[in-house]
Amino acid sequence: MVFQQTAFIVIFAVSAISFIFSCYQRLQLIAIGAPENRFDSPWTRLLGMFIYAFAQKRVLKRPYGVNHLVLFWAFLVLLLANGEFLLEGLIPGATLAAVLPATPYHVLTALFDIVSLVALISVVFAFARRIFFPPEYLKNDYAKPASGEALLILGMIATLMIAFFLLNGAHMALGQTDQWRPVSAAIAGLIYGLPVDTLQGLAKVAWWVHALVLLAFMNFLPRSKHMHILTAIPNCYFRSLEKPNTQPKEAFTKGARYGVSSVDQFSWKDLLDSLTCTECGRCQDLCPAHNTGKPLNPRRIVHDIKLNLLRNGPILSVSYKGDMPLIGRATDGTISEEAIWSCTTCGACTSVCPVLIEQMPKIVKLRRHLVQEKVQFPEELLSLFENMEQRSNPWGIAPSERTKWSTLLGDRTFKPGETEYLFFVGCAGAFDSRNKQVTVALATILDCAGVSWGILGKDELCCGDSVRRLGNEYVFDRMARENVALLKERQVTRIVTQCPHCFSTLKNDYRQYGLEIEVIHHSELIAELLKSGRLKPSKNLNQGRVVFHDSCYLGRHNDTYDAPRAVLTMVSGGQPGELGRNRENGFCCGAGGGRMWMEEQTGSRINLERVKEAIRQEPDTLCVSCPYCMTMMDDGLKDLGMADRVRVKDIAEVTAEALGH
Amino acid sequence: MLVISCIKQVPDTTQVKIDPVTNTLIRDGIPFIINPYDAHALEESLRLKDRYRVRTVALSMGPPNTVSTLRKACALGVDEAILLSDRCFGGADTLATSKVLSAAIERLAQKEEVGIVFCGKQTIDGDTAQVGPGIASRLGFSQLTLVDRIESVDLVRKRIKVRRKLEGRHEIVEAPLPVMITVVRELNRPRYPVVAMRLAAEDKEIKVWDNSILKLDVETVGLKGSPTWVSKIFSPQRDQGEIIGDGLGDPDGTAGLLLEKLLAKELLAL
Ligand code: SF4
Ligand code: SF4
Repeated sequence: MVFQQTAFIVIFAVSAISFIFSCYQRLQLIAIGAPENRFDSPWTRLLGMFIYAFAQKRVLKRPYGVNHLVLFWAFLVLLLANGEFLLEGLIPGATLAAVLPATPYHVLTALFDIVSLVALISVVFAFARRIFFPPEYLKNDYAKPASGEALLILGMIATLMIAFFLLNGAHMALGQTDQWRPVSAAIAGLIYGLPVDTLQGLAKVAWWVHALVLLAFMNFLPRSKHMHILTAIPNCYFRSLEKPNTQPKEAFTKGARYGVSSVDQFSWKDLLDSLTCTECGRCQDLCPAHNTGKPLNPRRIVHDIKLNLLRNGPILSVSYKGDMPLIGRATDGTISEEAIWSCTTCGACTSVCPVLIEQMPKIVKLRRHLVQEKVQFPEELLSLFENMEQRSNPWGIAPSERTKWSTLLGDRTFKPGETEYLFFVGCAGAFDSRNKQVTVALATILDCAGVSWGILGKDELCCGDSVRRLGNEYVFDRMARENVALLKERQVTRIVTQCPHCFSTLKNDYRQYGLEIEVIHHSELIAELLKSGRLKPSKNLNQGRVVFHDSCYLGRHNDTYDAPRAVLTMVSGGQPGELGRNRENGFCCGAGGGRMWMEEQTGSRINLERVKEAIRQEPDTLCVSCPYCMTMMDDGLKDLGMADRVRVKDIAEVTAEALGH
Repeated sequence: MLVISCIKQVPDTTQVKIDPVTNTLIRDGIPFIINPYDAHALEESLRLKDRYRVRTVALSMGPPNTVSTLRKACALGVDEAILLSDRCFGGADTLATSKVLSAAIERLAQKEEVGIVFCGKQTIDGDTAQVGPGIASRLGFSQLTLVDRIESVDLVRKRIKVRRKLEGRHEIVEAPLPVMITVVRELNRPRYPVVAMRLAAEDKEIKVWDNSILKLDVETVGLKGSPTWVSKIFSPQRDQGEIIGDGLGDPDGTAGLLLEKLLAKELLAL
């Protein structure tokens, strides 16, 4: 007995030290990251941690998530049981019974027993899922659903539960305990009457199996994807409280570095993210780039950052250069430039990740390096950048043309102190011939409702959305400063935009530049005007079957899902139909993140994929709420030869028609 | 060896309008850009710097605000930028301009051997294409115009071989250094600046040489030294023409109308 206890103390000490050491190593790796303040608003963070980590809000969005929630909570409860188990192994007699009154203790042991059974069933279910019906999104070029690692972990958990039942069952059969343990009691019933020696032997074997597997499990965690058991909760606490597309500004001081080219330039939170990925595949499942055969997979990005960190981290803490490139020819731990440029910044990955990993901002950081330090980007972007700097619009059209759409409306210049809303027209709304029609429609609607509005005319500048998402932060920084100064100078207090990209940039990004004013997207304003009765749709125009396509920058980036639907319901005589993937799960049109200005050569085209999905709903009118979506859907329909069967319309156009215009 | 690029700051002509009353260019609020052809000249000098480690200088004659264009050249990587600016240089035609630029190049040549002078083939505001050749003849440099490819440069034997882009044909020519080359757009793709260089350019010293340095006879420079002057600027009158259809409301129909017109006038054939 004494020998056994001594042996256990030694084994325990060794594995505890080894566990603490690997955790310390991981912490050291995270600590090489750049500083970032994620310590503000503790209450908001705690609340988020509860919702996402403990209540597993996002895990539960998929049916299988229930099983994970059960396992997670079983794990928490059994943490106590296993703590007791280890302590008793070290100090015989040190059990909860020593501190708790009999009844609560019995209730607790009964709970442990039942929870263990529930966990065992969960594990069996998880096994079955991984082996017999794995979902597509678990598959990846570097991980199989039934990988050795996944099965080993599940096997360990199952072994722990079975050993636990056998141990308690043997004790009960020996009459050594009066605890209430329904499942163990059933096992005891089965082995009751075996010779005492056998039962004692069984108890001893079960105890050792349980002890050793438990310690092995503990040591395996930090070295596997199950690290998330340790990091997911803090990762949820330290989540970004900003909108996912609103990345931190960069400081343009001399001698600074811009963007990320080496893993230690990521923030510590980025590195914590990389160690937290559960490899659940949800982001991969929704990513429009991955779904159309591009070499980008957000899950792979996070994974490569982790591999790069594991390899370069120890080197970087003593030297300034690692030996595995972060950007280069795609291999384990190295991300290809093509992958970096494939992202539409649609935000599907960041909004689906159960442990709140921020994949897309990492991609933008890599772009910042490529553009600002390397000047390495797809060549189409050169003219975009120059046009933006020179003429403050993506096409390089003369700024004097900005007001062409309004020639029939007379002078509509915003007058400080008089005009209520600044109508921020946006480059597409001012220059693109199809989108100019939307601009006119919105102007008509505002006039019908008697809203006081005005424009900046040829003084309006591009908001800079594309350059920011493309990583040209230096140019964005200058554009943002100019715009904020202009808006302040004109004493603008309320802005309405028809473009979700202008909307999101003015509303979220410019806050970093001290602009705190009301910015509203036309879908919200029109919905409000309709609800308050200031707009009265007279005609019940037959738009046929209407379906709605979500804009990423309106929906996922700003949680505006209902306003455009409400508008369509009020003006088209019924709720709009939904596409297969909608709202949070919506599928990008392919133009965000500056992709609008790039060629799409690899794989199939994102806009075609989306248009085909729309056609499956057999619509007559495909409604959008974004100029980029308009262009992409229009082009897609033309490419499929469907342009005369399905019309693309902005919600403002549908509204204007219902008003009789 | 020194490689010089001559650049001019010009108004962004796509944004320039002519005042119908006074017949002058409306330059108010029009942003200035580097003359697009000169951007290619600058780029080629930087490529030679990358390859042969020659020293590069950007020269520009113009009013004091030309400094911003020279700063852009610094952000792209020239070693030195010099502005030639003096009241008496103003109003110059191509003859007087080439005089000032040549004087500056000669001054640079006193300290360091000048190998190549790059100029854009012409400016987009003057369109004369004479300044580059003017410099070459004043300095007695070989003169290679309309170059769209540098075939080879031999700095030891001091020879350069280039391809000239002419109407319907190419011509490969070789010449001894020093040489003045005017370039066309096909020569290269101008680079985009890295941020660190832009920041460094922000407070890089841009030398200003006025006539107290160049010491030219004031009668031979600027307006006084210019035998040509602009007597009138006007937009050609369009005495025919009409607006057809409703392009905004019915683009397809309007395009159809246009097509019919063009067909009727036999400007298009089916
Ligand atoms: S933001 Fe969209 S395109 Fe980019 S990685 Fe995430 S899911 Fe893919
Ligand atoms: S990054 Fe998030 S969503 Fe993607 S695989 Fe990892 S845990 Fe899942």
